[in-house]
This record gives sequence, structure tokens and C-alpha cells, in this order.
Amino acid sequence: MSSESPSFLDGNAAAGPLREIFAVDLTAATGQCAGCGNRAVLARARLYARAPGLVVRCTECDGVLLRLVEGPRRTWLDLRGLTFIQVTTGP
Amino acid sequence: MARAAVLGRVTWRVAVVEEVREETATARTLGLRVAGWPGHDAGQHVDVRLTAPDGYTAVRSYSIASAAAGDLVELTVELVPDGEVSPYLTQVVAAGDRFEVRGPLGGWFVWRPGQQEAVQLIAGGSGVVPLMSIVRARATSGSAPARLLYSVRTPQSVFYLPELERREHADTGLEVTLAYTRAAPAGHSRPPGRVDAGLIGAATWPADRQPTCYVCGPTGFVESVAGLLVDAGHDPGRIRTERFGPSGGTS
Repeated sequence: MSSESPSFLDGNAAAGPLREIFAVDLTAATGQCAGCGNRAVLARARLYARAPGLVVRCTECDGVLLRLVEGPRRTWLDLRGLTFIQVTTGP
Repeated sequence: MARAAVLGRVTWRVAVVEEVREETATARTLGLRVAGWPGHDAGQHVDVRLTAPDGYTAVRSYSIASAAAGDLVELTVELVPDGEVSPYLTQVVAAGDRFEVRGPLGGWFVWRPGQQEAVQLIAGGSGVVPLMSIVRARATSGSAPARLLYSVRTPQSVFYLPELERREHADTGLEVTLAYTRAAPAGHSRPPGRVDAGLIGAATWPADRQPTCYVCGPTGFVESVAGLLVDAGHDPGRIRTERFGPSGGTS
């Protein structure tokens, strides 16, 4: 892996810490960016993981959709960059 | 196993190493027994957590290589030099050792047995791991025609070669193309080089076949291949990607 490669991953790599909190897989959910209104599956968003926590950004406007920090006994989750999340709950 | 739509939180479970297989000089497959494992979908991953005696922990994501139906959860791990987790998993861990896993994870980069459309799998290096899970799953529970394009540095760095050769003959509707980037075996039809538009045109489904495309590899590889697929006319909505970062694994 060369150092000039982009430093982001796909949102699906955030599935683990999110499944500690939520009963469904949020990475397969659709979210709307509060910044630009783009709607996309969260697994398609850009995940920046080389930080004390996880930062998920919109692929269209680069706005922050979600921030998550896992501590030993608690997890902090900031979802203010998402207007809504649409979860599939049935077949 | 049907889709692993197990509701409720997913948290850490103890995994016991039951099998260790060498894949290449720098990669091993670990067969794990995980009590209470609910089954998984092809393409999913787990988080692995190692805890040092002083309580320091390191977490990395690794794709599951095995089909859902198997008895053990198999991970194939490639050594990342200077990594915190992969040196232990590829060089130290032995049968009977334990560590923690959290999973199965991810409901988007998955293939499910109900999918009937053509499947295009494109792997860069160890990005073949989740795609191998799809190859294995479709062999037992699907008839979707599938093509795998596997870009790899050298003949010595290919994972699962005997199984891929066997499956290409034995599994209905599976076509495998190996593309070498640094050194090809004698007599290979294509000189070493990166995946380009010509190879995409020659070795993958045309866009009008409307395959679902799964692309997994290092970030730069995935960016490049996803761009080539869009240029070839594929609907971006049918292209699913999984990048791994500088730390190896899938994150």
C-alpha cells in the first residue's frame, strides 16, 4: 500500500462498532446527508479510521455524516450530519 | 445457512483456533470455532480484538473466507509488515489459542443465495478473501453465473489456487482469470501489469449483462477498478466495493 493512496475506507468497515449499539446493520441503511441532501447507503460513504474515532463523510460534499468513538466502557455517537436513516426491516 | 439476519447487538465472543493452513509465505487461513456463531452471509467480515497482558487492545477487521455452511469460521490473514495484529495471526497463533471476534458484520458487501443475476468478482491481492466466500457459497446454494478476475503480484502470492482451479472445472458457471502485476508464470497469456480497460473488456461480464460487481482490494486498486467498470458502462449502483486501509485486513 503506497503512502499516496487515499486514506479512506468504505463505510461498511464501520459495521462492528455500530452493531454494538444498534439491533440492525446500519451500514446497509440509506442515509441523507444534512449538508447536501445526497442519499446513499452508508456502506458507500467514506470512512476515515486513522483517528481516535471513526469519521464517515458524504461522497458528494465531504460533509461529516457520523462520528463514533469507542471507549472501554462507553461509546460516543454523533449523527447530526444525517437528516434521516432509512432501515429495511422486512423482506 | 440462510441470511444471518440475527437481530440484537453483536459483541465480542471468544474464538478458538482449530486449524491453521499456510496459503502463501505471508498468509495463513485460520479456522475458528466460535461458540454461538449465528452463521454469516458470503462477503461479511469480523473484527478481531487482541488484548495484551497489560490490557492494551488492538482491533482489526478481516473478511470471512468460508461459505456460510461450514463448521468453522475461516479467516485468511496476510502479513502487514509493522502491523499490530497480522504478525501475530500469521506467524504466532497456533491451534488451541484464543482471541476475540465480533461479527458477522456488514449487510451490504454480501452475496445471498437468492441472487440470480450474473456476478462479477474483482480482487486485488488479499481482497480475494471475501470474494472466495462468495465463490464457495454460490457453489452450494446458487446458480448465478460468476466470473472472478483476480489481480495478484506473483504466482507465489496467489491464495486458494488449487481450489480455484478445481472449482473452475467442477463448479457450473464459474470462470476464473488470474492477472499478475509483477511476475507471471511461464506461458501466461498476458504480460504482468495492472488491471486496465483491455483486461476488464476481455475478462469480465459486459455491462449489458447487468452483473452485480464486487470489488475488493487496496484503496487505490478499488478506486481504479470501480472507475474502469463505470467507464465500461456498468451502473454505479451495481458496483459494491470494499477497500482495505494501510493497516491491512479490511480496515
